[in-house]
Amino acid sequence: MNDATELLLSLLVLAGAIFTFIGSLGLARLGDFYTRLHGPTKATTLGVGSLLIASAVYFSVTGESLSLHEVLVALFLFITAPISAHLMAKAALHLRLTSLTPLPKETGSEASSESSRNP
Amino acid sequence: MNRLLPHPILTPMLALVWLLLNNSMAPGQIVLGLLLGWAIPLFTLPFWPEQVRIRHRRTLLRFSGVVLLDILLANLKVAWLILGQPRTLRPAFVVVPLDVRHELAISVLANTICLTPGTVSAHLSEDRLSLLVHALDVDDQDELVATIKARYEAPLKEIFEC
Amino acid sequence: MLNIALVIAFTLVTTAFALTLWRLLKGPSAPDRILALDTLYINAIALLVLLGIQLGSALYFEAALLIALMGFVGTVALCKFLLRGDIIE
Repeated sequence: MNDATELLLSLLVLAGAIFTFIGSLGLARLGDFYTRLHGPTKATTLGVGSLLIASAVYFSVTGESLSLHEVLVALFLFITAPISAHLMAKAALHLRLTSLTPLPKETGSEASSESSRNP
Repeated sequence: MNRLLPHPILTPMLALVWLLLNNSMAPGQIVLGLLLGWAIPLFTLPFWPEQVRIRHRRTLLRFSGVVLLDILLANLKVAWLILGQPRTLRPAFVVVPLDVRHELAISVLANTICLTPGTVSAHLSEDRLSLLVHALDVDDQDELVATIKARYEAPLKEIFEC
Repeated sequence: MLNIALVIAFTLVTTAFALTLWRLLKGPSAPDRILALDTLYINAIALLVLLGIQLGSALYFEAALLIALMGFVGTVALCKFLLRGDIIE
């Protein structure tokens, strides 16, 4: 492994770890559930994404052949992270969790479409 | 043709996933991957009633590029907001009226919103006319709605509808 | 150089684990705990990938993939339970 690859790998590993850490910091630090939701669902996807790229580069350089299966985990996380975020937000709204901002009116059937017509 | 190959996009995708899972490009694996990619859509046909049609490939490519760039910028922005003063955040619920009607387009839009700048889509109204979005830090709600509509919804409408 | 970066990365990710665990224990509501669990499995994937690089073994990848699959299913099932009071209707 030459110096340039090692530098690239170190930067990717550090960036990934920092983003993972910031995501969890947001989870621990922010004020209400809805704002907390933003930290882990975004920062961690990029964090884990760059760690996976680092892993792919590492095993491609050290192994005997190209190693790309890490892309699969990254792809899977990028597809599933928004879905779980959406579902958690939906569950929290369903339970009417308290928020820093006023909650929207009833999110049942008619109310939300009403508010869309007269914003 | 259509009966034997109901989802022409799904087949190469499944073959690619198979090759990635095995982490090899051996000819045997390619044949097995293509075979699986052909057989799985055929056996799961009842779950995929309508065919996905992509009208403008170039728009799709440009849209993917914009979204990837936005994910990167969004992460930096959210990281900065988390490290800053939590008290100065201005979170808000915003209602985005929808113009797209195609189900796949709506779900791709909701996913895109979840992945990009400080926004999470929280609820789709029953009549599929509006999407409730929670944003981490908003200056101007109307501007946010306009950005989402122009940046993500318009290309999606072009890709899946028209 | 990579070794130093890996040590720093391990420290950061384990601290992230601790913060997430704190949120998991503190709550205060059920969706908060689900969110903490969701973050916990993503952190676990990060840790496994780092271990894979450190030990130079590609075996950890399979575990990371399995955790990604199972974690997503778990999060969806828990959210569905909160939304409907039932998982399979």
